Amino acid sequence: MADFMEMVKWDKLMEATRETMYMTSISVFATFVLGLLLGLLLFLTDKGNIWANRTVNVVVGGIVNIFRSIPFIILVVLLIPFTKLLLGTILGANAALPALIIGAAPFYARMVEIALREIDKGVIEASQSMGATHGHIIFKVLIPESLPALISGITVTAISLIGFTAMAGIIGAGGLGNFAYLYGFQGNKPIVTLVATIAILIIVFIVQFIGDYFTKKTDKR
Amino acid sequence: MISIKKVSKIFPSKQGHLKAVDDVNLEIQEGEIFGVIGYSGAGKSTLIRMLNGLELPTDGTVTVAGRVISKIKGAELRKARQEISMIFQHFNLLWSRTVSENIAFPLEIAGVNSSQRKKRVQELIKLVGLEGRENAYPSQLSGGQKQRVGIARALANNPKVLLCDEATSALDPQTTDSILDLLVDINKRLGLTIVLITHEMHVIRKICHRVAVMESGSVVELGPVLDVFKNPEQPITKRFVQQVTEPEETKETTQHLLELYPHGCVVQLSFVGETTEQPLITNVIRNCDVVVNILQGKISHTQNGSYGTLFIHLDGQVSEIQKAIDYIHSQQVGVEVISNG
Repeated sequence: MADFMEMVKWDKLMEATRETMYMTSISVFATFVLGLLLGLLLFLTDKGNIWANRTVNVVVGGIVNIFRSIPFIILVVLLIPFTKLLLGTILGANAALPALIIGAAPFYARMVEIALREIDKGVIEASQSMGATHGHIIFKVLIPESLPALISGITVTAISLIGFTAMAGIIGAGGLGNFAYLYGFQGNKPIVTLVATIAILIIVFIVQFIGDYFTKKTDKR
Repeated sequence: MISIKKVSKIFPSKQGHLKAVDDVNLEIQEGEIFGVIGYSGAGKSTLIRMLNGLELPTDGTVTVAGRVISKIKGAELRKARQEISMIFQHFNLLWSRTVSENIAFPLEIAGVNSSQRKKRVQELIKLVGLEGRENAYPSQLSGGQKQRVGIARALANNPKVLLCDEATSALDPQTTDSILDLLVDINKRLGLTIVLITHEMHVIRKICHRVAVMESGSVVELGPVLDVFKNPEQPITKRFVQQVTEPEETKETTQHLLELYPHGCVVQLSFVGETTEQPLITNVIRNCDVVVNILQGKISHTQNGSYGTLFIHLDGQVSEIQKAIDYIHSQQVGVEVISNG
């Protein structure tokens, strides 16, 4: 037991956990904002909706599909020049953020679009019949009425993002993925890998729990 | 209040053009409850949606409360829509909001401040009889209660016109009646003009002053409800009138009775207005030597008077039967001999 306690570098583990949480929280927040915007754009420019515009819809849909299709690990590599331009470095937690956000936002955008499609068209029409502006429709109807689906969607996306951070860790972003690779795999200490895995699982469970709680709380159907 | 002039609506489709509304002209007066009846696909839904600009006419003009709805756009149209509210078959409430919040929604849109909103919501909840349910969510309400929320929401900004798009079609008969009573009450109390579309003659009979019958995009018959009940001209109108005056089983019953009573004849009487209130049968028996057997009867109340039908069997000498029929005629009651025995 003492062996085990010594084998794991606990301060490094804590630091790695903090890095993972940092990367996850920033990228979840940015993915939520960017994904919501893209999802709204996809939904609203679709035919029959208030901003119906085929060109915008096809272009945005195309971009979303392309970025959603690129495997994350390849996206990270592809984005190296962009990240370097943006941040001046490709190392550290911040350097992982562009890839994380660009990888997850299109994924979430599709979920947002599906959530918005679930809204009864009649409710949008009713708001229009009351003289609602597009702003009213977006902020008082579309978002509140799809909130449970938006929350469960961001929960799923957040969990994928935790997985992505671990992958990003391998190319030098830090976090638990990096920790497991460095001390567990390269240091040949499977127990360390196991500890890192448990740490990630705990984070995933907490995120899932919080997501489920708010999904239920906002669902009044 | 509402003027629809030479209005047509064509929907382009792959199989050619679909003419949903075909050259319709209507004038609806202030304070009137105007009904449009038709089967599904008759164009009534498209017509009512042109009254608040949810659809734009391909041709013609729609004027509501002095505004040419078919011409205005943007902010002006949104402003106009606050005066032309609508209730829906499926209520279309926001499930994420409570009853109070749903009713407050149009007030938020109109930019009413929070304290006034609260006050107005309270008034409306009382008006539609939803006291005690203010904080319930739509999912916790019955269909009738949901439609009451819909009505309260529609009345929030003191509209001049209320459009009802099959507002009772998803409700059971009892709830339908209570919602219709509420609409009449609102019409009387607030002087609100109401336009409703339906496929149920019962709804027209119960609350409308005038009715337009629509078939494949055109208005085929138009008039005060009682007149239309009394003298339906088009076959489709007759069918609708029968929905109310002759229950399904009538035909079978009379057929059965014709077999049972080979003598005499079965007569259908139709009463309108005050003629429903006299002791007709008693007088027939006193004046003529006939045996009267009442088979089936029904009186329907419309907003402009009562309308009734009565099926009776007359037996006796042929001359006496004729005398009885002539007597009924002289009392301004419609007589139709179904078949001679």
